[in-house]
Amino acid sequence: MKLFTYAKVAGGASEALAEASGKTNSHYIAGGTNLIDLMKEEVMSPSHLIDINALNLSQIEQLGNGGVKIGALVKNSDLANHSYIRQNYPVLSRALLSGASAQLRNMASVGGNLLQRTRCSYFYDVVEPCNKRVPNSGCSAIEGYNRMHSILGTSNKCISAHPSDMCVALAALDAIIHTTGPDGDRKIDLVDFHKLPGNTPEIETVLLPDELICAVELPPSSSIFSKNWCYLKVRDRASYAFALVSAAACLEIDNGQIKSARVALGGIAPKPWRALEAEKLLSGKAPTEQTFKAAADAALKNAKGYEHNNFKIEMSKRTIVRALKVAAGGVA
Amino acid sequence: MTKDKNNLGNKPDSEHDQLKSGGQTRREFMVGAAAVSAGLATLTGMSSAESEVINDPSKVTIQVPSPPQSIAVELTVNGQTKSVSIDPRTSLLDALREYMGLTGSKKGCDHGQCGACTVLVDGRRINSCLTFAVMYQGQKVTTIEGLAEGDQLHAVQEAFVKHDGFQCGYCTPGQICSAVALLAEAKAGCASAVTSNLCAGNVSLTDEEIRERMSGNLCRCGAYPGIVEAIRSLAEAQS
Repeated sequence: MKLFTYAKVAGGASEALAEASGKTNSHYIAGGTNLIDLMKEEVMSPSHLIDINALNLSQIEQLGNGGVKIGALVKNSDLANHSYIRQNYPVLSRALLSGASAQLRNMASVGGNLLQRTRCSYFYDVVEPCNKRVPNSGCSAIEGYNRMHSILGTSNKCISAHPSDMCVALAALDAIIHTTGPDGDRKIDLVDFHKLPGNTPEIETVLLPDELICAVELPPSSSIFSKNWCYLKVRDRASYAFALVSAAACLEIDNGQIKSARVALGGIAPKPWRALEAEKLLSGKAPTEQTFKAAADAALKNAKGYEHNNFKIEMSKRTIVRALKVAAGGVA
Repeated sequence: MTKDKNNLGNKPDSEHDQLKSGGQTRREFMVGAAAVSAGLATLTGMSSAESEVINDPSKVTIQVPSPPQSIAVELTVNGQTKSVSIDPRTSLLDALREYMGLTGSKKGCDHGQCGACTVLVDGRRINSCLTFAVMYQGQKVTTIEGLAEGDQLHAVQEAFVKHDGFQCGYCTPGQICSAVALLAEAKAGCASAVTSNLCAGNVSLTDEEIRERMSGNLCRCGAYPGIVEAIRSLAEAQS
């Protein structure tokens, strides 16, 4: 691991900005479960680490409008088990509990989870070309072993998959990211927060230099999905593995009809994937298998498989159909 | 078969008593053997370096890296205050093992994938290999060495012995620390990925629940049935 200097900040988010100001190659650290791993491999080598764990961003606050504001430093395990989240946004609890292990969920923060980097093995392997790690060095995955890679939203520069489970649920719940930076505070819709690789796979989010994630807000309107929901994760092992495909399905059912629907996918795209085409198809229909199949087809209409991951197209469709069936059946 | 007491969390002193054979502990033997091979390597290295210097001195460039920052860290480990001055790159696991002499926590993968390094920080289980010790200033760490009360093993340690929850023992300190936290989490009503009703306050630790909740601890000997049995026996006693 390369040398770095270390500083711990406490108090408000502005303390972190002040510490970062004027320093090159500095990096905030919270749980560190992804960053330290990448530093060990020298995929990332910040020269200054700013430990933000003592900032006052660890609260889960119920808002007057019925929504909730989750501090960026809240641990994944605490968020998953928070009673208000379990009752009103259960798909988020289930997605969080489906990720990593109990130990890692106790360490990983909400803000850090948003910034998780891909587990593409070529990104981790510093001797292989990778456009994300070294811009314009080439993509080893496109012609390489790409079983875990994306089938939607790829480019000819990068086909890596976003690894987060939490973000898939947040995409379905219309989450809003609160940030602060040298130019002031911002609110960014989660679906606009991550960027597709295009020609610049090294740029993964819309965050600006030194900008810090402070909180994630869930709107009250998304709690209408607390009855009919499902987070389904399909993976090689029963537990503690990244998704081949995952789906968050949320339905608002009224008088036997789908009033509104949310479908988001993980493991198959470079960012948490919101399947708007599927949602449109579901809206106003009866919750039947036929409707679900049509929605799944619509979601995967533009999918493109590679040598080893073609199976993900059919697997994604089946995952969506099953998740929607479970959601329509209602959950205790 | 004699169970490896080292991995059952005995204090370093009693560990020495248990493992002494031929006047030397296993650890002393390993350290001694490593020193001998390191000495040989140094000699070989010196001779090749010297010949290079003689042939072409201009080729020998020694880059002196800027010295690492040294940071004073104070942790409460197993109830005792421990102060060390360390490079910020030191993982919590390395601080425990290399600077505090607490070698019960094991380094398996060093990437947060195997769970052998599991310790408790303020009662919560974490992977000590995947975090820097400087980030835990002033916090309370419990390692496998801190679970027993004198010669009285912790209930989880006893259950692992009784139910044959290990073979080689390398993953065992992590498994036991993890299981201690698992029981506390279940008591507090924490849900898991396989808990069908997320809003139910109480958790029933079925085998499926135990397996899911222990999935962050790998055992290459495959002692999983014994591990599940050990935890189940305590879960039944707890409920």
